[in-house]
Parts: sequence; structure tokens; C-alpha cells
Amino acid sequence: MKIKWALLTILFTIATVLTGCDNPLMVLDPKGPVAATQADVIMISIWTMAFVVLVVMVLYIFMIMKYRASKQRDDYEPPHIEGSKVLEIIWVAIPILIVAFLSVVTVKTTNEVEATPKGYGDQEPLIIYASSSNWKWHFSYPEEDIETVNYLFLPTNRPIEFKLYSFGPISSFWIPQLGGQKYAMSDMVNTLHLAADVPGEYMGRNSNFSGSGFAQQTFNVNVLSPEDYDKWVDEIKATAKPITEEKFNELLKPGHVGQSTYTGTHLEFSPAPEGENAGHDHGSSDTEENDSKDSHEEHSEHSNMNHDH
Amino acid sequence: MDYFDRFAVPHPSPAIYASMVAIGLTMIAVVAGITYFKKWGYLWREWLTTVDHKRIGIMYILAALLMLFRGGVDALMMRAQTAIPDNGLLDGQHYNEVFTTHGVVMILFMAMPFIIGLMNIVTPLQIGARDVAFPRLNAVSFWLFFMGAMLFNISFVVGGSPDAGWTSYFPLASNDFSESVGSNYYAIAIQIAGIGTLLTGINFIVTILKMRAPGMNLMKMPMFTWSILITNFIIVFAFPVLTVALALMTMDRLFGTQFFTMANGGSDMLWANLFWVWGHPEVYIVILPAFGIYSEIISTFARRNLYGYNSMVISMVAISTLSFIVWAHHFYTMGHGAMVNGIFSITTMAIAVPTGVKIFNWLFTLWKGKIVFTVPMLYSLAFIPIFTLGGVTGVMLAMASADYQYHNTMFLVAHFHYVLIPGTVFAVLAGFTYWWPKMFGFMLSEKIGKWSFWFITIGFNVTFFPMFITGLDGQARRMYTYSESTGYGPLNMLSFVGAIGLAIGFALIVYNIYWSTRYASRNISNDPWDARSLEWATHTPIPEYNFAIVPTVDSTEAFWDAKKKALNYLAVK
Repeated sequence: MKIKWALLTILFTIATVLTGCDNPLMVLDPKGPVAATQADVIMISIWTMAFVVLVVMVLYIFMIMKYRASKQRDDYEPPHIEGSKVLEIIWVAIPILIVAFLSVVTVKTTNEVEATPKGYGDQEPLIIYASSSNWKWHFSYPEEDIETVNYLFLPTNRPIEFKLYSFGPISSFWIPQLGGQKYAMSDMVNTLHLAADVPGEYMGRNSNFSGSGFAQQTFNVNVLSPEDYDKWVDEIKATAKPITEEKFNELLKPGHVGQSTYTGTHLEFSPAPEGENAGHDHGSSDTEENDSKDSHEEHSEHSNMNHDH
Repeated sequence: MDYFDRFAVPHPSPAIYASMVAIGLTMIAVVAGITYFKKWGYLWREWLTTVDHKRIGIMYILAALLMLFRGGVDALMMRAQTAIPDNGLLDGQHYNEVFTTHGVVMILFMAMPFIIGLMNIVTPLQIGARDVAFPRLNAVSFWLFFMGAMLFNISFVVGGSPDAGWTSYFPLASNDFSESVGSNYYAIAIQIAGIGTLLTGINFIVTILKMRAPGMNLMKMPMFTWSILITNFIIVFAFPVLTVALALMTMDRLFGTQFFTMANGGSDMLWANLFWVWGHPEVYIVILPAFGIYSEIISTFARRNLYGYNSMVISMVAISTLSFIVWAHHFYTMGHGAMVNGIFSITTMAIAVPTGVKIFNWLFTLWKGKIVFTVPMLYSLAFIPIFTLGGVTGVMLAMASADYQYHNTMFLVAHFHYVLIPGTVFAVLAGFTYWWPKMFGFMLSEKIGKWSFWFITIGFNVTFFPMFITGLDGQARRMYTYSESTGYGPLNMLSFVGAIGLAIGFALIVYNIYWSTRYASRNISNDPWDARSLEWATHTPIPEYNFAIVPTVDSTEAFWDAKKKALNYLAVK
């Protein structure tokens, strides 16, 4: 009985939370095409799995209600039953069909979210290098030639490619309402495709544990219309100071630094670990050995700085 | 850092110093108590130097219960810290050490030894053997595990606990970012315990393959023994990977090699891969024996034979094989592209099929049965719906495109607690209660047992269900605090309330042991549950040699058939 009540409570909670709340859950409240695809996948899987749970629960409640000892004759001797080929085929075949269905959904949508979102293909993507250091995010806009710390401005209706890497531990770049996360690591660059449809302010964070300041490693995401975005870029260019190697090294020291803005990007003096600068063999060849050696040294310098406390 | 500085506690707090004093006093009290009661000789002869599989099993379980307490206190501290926004109970560093310790202790020093303890006590009895194949090696395994566990446990007062998570990802766990000796404890303590586990794996494979009673061919073994055989094969294939990974980690941290570092060609991704090539099979090492325990208990208390014996065996073999080809689903977000993620999604979801077969077989074992709701049976019956929730959320997590949104969130934390607690923890509690009379010659109180069952089951759901919701609302795991504006406060408070319920449930289990030891009737039969397999055929308490005459077997339920058909299973053929 108590099990039944517990389950009813659980189902009731799920129903309330998923349908009628004032604040819809972040992941199920998408503001861009990638997050929308993912929210759809999540809802498809929840409904499919709800069916599975229902079948199990019906069988379960039937069995424990009907075959309890208190409802049987005292001299009842349960029979010896080996199993049933027919039933076994059913409960292998149906799950295989369900898994096959979900596999198709997964493969299709995984390919979708790993590419430029549909309908945005005709535009040149905005490329932003997002690099993490303990415990902050550096955003370099090579196209606009500006750099921000711990906040992002994005235009609506334009595909955005984040190039992710890290000056320290593995971090995970995540803006739940725009789309799922991906790792930023020290020895290679990952590409995350996102786009935003609705102007607004969203939460972004590092979701991968990276030490004692990890909980506060968040950033603000401001999505603007393309006109407002261009205005913002012009304003930064007119007001911000250029980023210098010295200033950037200062920023890399472990800690929390708040938000700041610069013209130019750190990529000029500290290139991302891609191509010939990658930490392991992703395209550097013998002839370029000198280049890659330089970048290694640069890397170990940074790592030294990071633990210099 | 100077050499000895590395052993200073990195965040001295009154709680740590109080723990130091408490540990010291407890040790003095234990030594004084043993001396006063003149028990040193008894302890040395009967326990510390024993090679008897039953006593080694009991020591494993005792150690596991101690570690359950340690890991449980850690869990309570975490839930208390996150119960309200911007709480100052623990600082970031302390919280990181607490959740790292909680993970390592619960998986490696609680779940593993509890399972291995039950396996030690029950397996030789179920196959009609007089001990394991290599009894002395078995003692070595236990002491390696125990010393590893103790070494890990003293870290928090000598040098600080590891603080890089139980996954100990690099470069976070490298000297660059984790300067204290904590992560050295991780590398060395787990290495010592892991070698013990590997030896156990070899020991039990040989025991089961070579020492079964006459007539017990593989397809006549009880389901628990089957699960143990398969589990030990997984151990033998998976643990060497951990041994190598930890050796490389030790060299990185102590001798300046660069396997996983950021510079000079080291690869943090190599550690993640090695860890999960061991880590995913590891979760099946703790879940398959649980499936075995449930199969025994459900069949005993439904008073019926296990439904679909053959498909139960085949599904376990399928699960164990699949367990080795799904590891990359732990890091879909590492950027290995749609193709690799797609393949790992499919292999991961495929595990749902054999697992589903097992769920339906258990349900149909109840069919036409005569269900008796004893404490072991209550845990087994609660397992089915709760584990189903854990399983279906596992399928949801397996879908790579959606996992980009669940990864590293409380949704994931909810999922793995929904499989590990009803899976492993309920199973060991059920098995512990079920085999208790065989171990000690009296039964645990059913009344107190039912109270603790309800506290644990309800407390568990109240603690972990809210995490599915906060996860979907963007709460990342391993955050020591969050601000009020996130809105995570109320559900985290609910989790804390549930955790208190769980704690009361576990305290009641301890009380039950105390109460039953003092007051329970010693006048019980050799077969108090009216069970079906050979461990119930011998005397209680079990003689050191287990069986005076090795039984002869010709069905999957040798003892039951002997009782019902009045067959003489002791007849020498």
C-alpha cells in the first residue's frame, strides 16, 4: 500500500513539475534551435520510458496483489514453471524495437546538434573562442577583435561556433537554454554549435568540477538582436582598453575576477591549441616542430602560473 | 612545498581536530577493552589469522558496515551543506574532499566488500564446497582490501583527503592543481585494495569452476553463484586496467612522469578513458551479484522456482559483455563526434534489453507464487519499481544528444543513486538479513527490520527524486553552494530531509543487530526461511568444514527438491 502511495506521490510530482510550474525547468525551456532539439529528444524519451514504467508497474501491482500468501489457501503449493518461449520472445523483441526507435532518434539528433543548426546554413557562423582558466571564462571574438571575461553577448538568428579549450583542468561549457555542453580541455579545441532565437539573459557555467572555485565559475549570456549586437561591438571598440600579454597573464591567475572587456584577443600572443599548436598530434608535422615546441613552452608556462598560489 | 607541509591538513577546522581526538580515543578504548577482557589470543587465532571463508566474509561485511557509516556521514554533510542556498557549513575545499571520499568509500570500500563478503560466505556453501580454492590467498585479499581502506580513511587527518572527485580526472588531480598528498592516498590506497580484489576474482573463478559438488554442472548452479562467477570474470578483465591507470597516476604524481599532464604530450583524455574502461564494468561488478541475491530471495519467498533460469544466465552474460563496450558514454561531451557517440549510445541502450529480461523474469517468478513479505523480500520487491526508474533514466542518459544536457548535473546523480541504492544497497541489506541466521544462529527482528526498510525506502526516494528535477533545471553536480536566485533551495532542502530519513533507517539496522543479538531466540532450525539452495542444508552454526558429506546435486534447487521429494541429497552416487 505504502509503495503505491509513494509511487502516486512521485507521479504527481512529475506531472506538476513538467506541466504546470511558473518557472519551467531550464533545460525544457529552450531559447535556441539546439536546445529545442534536445528538449524534444528528452520529452520523446520521457514518454517512451513512461510507457515502459507503466507496463512494469501494472504487472508488478497485479503480481504482488494477487499472489500474496494471505490471499492463498494454506495448502496451496506454487507450481514449478520453467519459463515460456513465447513470453521471452515478447519481452526481448519489444525492448529491442524500443531501443531501435530511440537509437534512430539519437543518431539523427546527435548529428543535428553536432552541425550548424538547420535553417541557419546560409549564414557565416560567428566564431567565438571560449577558454576557461581557474575559475573564469575568457571569450575571444576574432571577427570583431574584442575579448570579454565572464560574460557573453550574442546576436540572435546567427549560427555560433564556440571553440572550446582550457588553461587548466577540464571544464565544461554549458548554456542550458541554448544547448548542451561540451568539454574545454588543455590539449585540443572542441567545437560547439549553438544559435539563439530569443533575446534575453541566460545562465552559463562550467559544469565540470575543476577545484575549489568551481561553484562560482559562471557567466552571463546576453542575447541581442543583430542591430543591438552591432551597437554593443562598436561601443566596446570605442571604450575598452586593449588586452596585453601582461594583463592576460594577470587574468589567468587562479581566482574570481568579475566581468571585464578588452579590444584585441589573447589569441594573438597565446594561440589556441589547434592545428600546429595542439597539445598532441593533431596535425603538427616534423617541419613545424619548432612552432609546436614554442607553444608547448607557452603551455607549461601557463600551467605553472595556474598553480602558483 | 616542503615535504612535511604536504601532510598538514589543508583546511584545519574544529571538526577535523575533533575527529583526530575521537579516532585516538577510540583506538585506545579498543586496545584497552581487548586487553581487559583478555581477548587478544582469541582475536589473533580465530579472526586475524583465519583462512575460513565464512569468517573472512564476516570481516568483509563488518568493514563494509563501518565504511557505510563513514560514507553515510559524508553524504549527510553534503546534503546539510546544500540544504539552504549560500550555506557556510563547509567551505569549497572541505566539500570537495567530502564528496570525493563519499564516492570512493561507497563504491570501493562499502559496496565492493559487502558484495565480496556475502560472496565469501555463501558461494562455497551453495556449491557444496569445503572452502574456496585458495583459502590463504583469500585472507591475503581481505587484508589487502582492509589495509587499502584504512590507508584511504586516515587521509583526512594526515595530509587531507583526495579532492579531485572519485573519478580523479586529470589535470585536476595532477601536482599542478592538487598539491596536497590527498590524491597520492587515492592512487596508492585504491591500488592496494584493487590488487586484493583482483586476487579474489581469480580465487572465486577457480573455486566455482573446479569445486562444485558432484552433479552440479554449470546450468544447475544457483543463480547467486552464477552471478558471482560472471562478476569475477568481469573483475579479472577490468581490474588490471585500474592497476595500470593508478600506477601511471602514481608515477605522474611522485616521480614526475607526464602521462596525464597538460604539457609535454601528456593526455588528460587517456586517464578518462582508462578510468572508465575499468569504471563501467565496475558498476556491473556491484550490480550483478545484487541480481543474484534478488533471484535467490524472490524465489524463496514467492515459494516458487526462479522463472526463466536459462534466460537469466544468458542475460547476465550479455550484460557482462556489453559492460566493456560502453565506457565512452561517461564522456560524450569530450568531443569525439556524432559517429562515436552514436555507436556508444546504441551499445549503452542495448543493455536495457537483457536487464529488462531479468525484470520480467522476476515479475513472473511472483506469478502463481505464494508471496511472504519478510524483510529480505520487502527490499527485493521495492527494488523492482525503483530500479526500473533508475534503468529508464539510464536509457535517457544513453541518448548522446540529450546527454549534453544531463551530463555533470544532478539528473545524473539522481540516476546513478537510483540504480546503485535499490540495486546494490538494498540487495546487500536483503542478503545480509537473509543469510544472517546462517552466519550467527539467530534471526534479526522482523519488526525493527520493517521499520528500517520503510525509513530507507521512503527516505531514499525523498532524497534522490528531487535531484532529477533540479538537474533538468540546470543544477550542476559537485557545487558546494548555489545562490538563492537559482531557485534550487526548496528541493535541496527536501533532499536533506530525505537524507535524515535514510540515516534513521540505517541507525535502526544497527539497533536491530544490537537488539537481536541480546534478545532473539537461539532456537532456530538450519533452514528458518524454508529456502531452496544448499547453504541451508548444512548445520547452523556452520561447521568449519561446511559439509560432513559432500552433497550430490541433480537440479538447480538441490535442497528444495530434497525436502519436497524426500530425496537423499547426501547419498554418495
